[in-house]
Amino acid sequence: MADSNNHNSLSRFRIAPVFLFRWEESQQAHVLMYPEGIVKLNPTAGEILTRCNGTNTVGDIVLQLSVLFSEQPEFIEPRVHQFLEVCHGKGWIQPQS
Amino acid sequence: MAKAGSNLNLDGQGNPVWLLLELTYKCPLKCAFCSNPTDLDAHEEELTTAEWKKVMHDARKMGAMQIGFSGGEPTLRKDLEELVSEADDLGYYTNLITSGIGLTRKRLENLKKAGLRHIQLGFQSSDPQTAHWLAGVDCYEKKINIAREIKALGFPMVLNVPISSVNIHQVPEIIELAADIGVEYLELANVQYYNWALVNRDQLMPTREALEAAEARVAEAREQLGDRMTIFFVIPDYYEGRPKACMNGWGSIHLTIAPDGVVLPCSQARSLPGLDFPGVRDHDLSWIWHESESFNLYRGDSWMKEPCRSCSEKEQDFGGCRCQAMLLTGDAANADPACSKSPHHHIVQEAVTRALATKQDHKKLIARDVGWVSTEV
Repeated sequence: MADSNNHNSLSRFRIAPVFLFRWEESQQAHVLMYPEGIVKLNPTAGEILTRCNGTNTVGDIVLQLSVLFSEQPEFIEPRVHQFLEVCHGKGWIQPQS
Repeated sequence: MAKAGSNLNLDGQGNPVWLLLELTYKCPLKCAFCSNPTDLDAHEEELTTAEWKKVMHDARKMGAMQIGFSGGEPTLRKDLEELVSEADDLGYYTNLITSGIGLTRKRLENLKKAGLRHIQLGFQSSDPQTAHWLAGVDCYEKKINIAREIKALGFPMVLNVPISSVNIHQVPEIIELAADIGVEYLELANVQYYNWALVNRDQLMPTREALEAAEARVAEAREQLGDRMTIFFVIPDYYEGRPKACMNGWGSIHLTIAPDGVVLPCSQARSLPGLDFPGVRDHDLSWIWHESESFNLYRGDSWMKEPCRSCSEKEQDFGGCRCQAMLLTGDAANADPACSKSPHHHIVQEAVTRALATKQDHKKLIARDVGWVSTEV
């Protein structure tokens, strides 16, 4: 699937069109819906995918999350990259050209 | 309760997640494996547009997120576009489950504008003649054309092909056809024996050898196609020895509304004798889900008898399918006889033996129609 060379801190991602991503009040969580399926996301995953709007670069997302969770960007960065690789591999997100 | 466990990794926390609207039992096809009731004409008072909208509002308030528009043939409802639009506004992920007959380029464009996200197209065979036998109607070309229109408009699409002895040898060609059309998902759904499929069981049951050959071909195709197309192979529970985790359990996450507003834990539950399912014309949807006797009867596991009650797998399969237990053993609280631990498992084995001893002849398939009455004594 996607390898680490597929994106860098300047890459931009957006949610793939098959998926519907939004906050679900009844689950108190972000959810990702697709044909005949639903994924409930944990809070961190929800915060990252919220920012995959085609405008934020991966670098922007790292900085925003480090502020949000009061952590050093160096701590956040590999985790964000790793999560985005998983998302890309599952087809949830697409690179914004 | 024909659907095996849904593709889901959250629970409803006591609320419905999936809402299936059977907008009508009317259909231009006469499929011999149809899951609609065999007394189709007994339930003709379809809900109005306003009544369907209220159902969608109420279920959304209760937590439902996925909605399926099904039937019968849902495109026969002229208000389909309006209902899809309402569902999209409410925040549902909208799925249309259709035979494709009744769809046109124009209607597809309007459905897209209305917010429809996904289409599941029912398909019978890669061969026009076989498709005609199974559907009772000559519609192969029309279906192929509409499948290509659906892809041209960019809808993600599941091609759903009920598999039986009539078409199981065509699995390689069906996979090729699906890949050629460019669908994202191919569901090879071994026919589950309820309603019309149960009537036709002796003609539809494949042999174990044919199933194994089909499964091997699916494994090869998955290897070749990789990420291009996902193939689901729904297990035939008569052969598996393990029951399906039907609907993720009774009244757990699935909510089905029949054309006349009757509320069901699954489409097939209507065939359970002695159960009086309430309808949205008489009762509040939330009350039906949470309080009504019919929804609580087989919820959880306190209703279970042995061998289910002390079974280590009861949390995985919930004792299988209540409808199948009723249809084959006469008591919905019995273990699903598809389970090898069921004291009634011999009924399933005998049904297989009987079916396989029956001469296969497509002319003996009974086509779904109004006014049908069993002539078996």
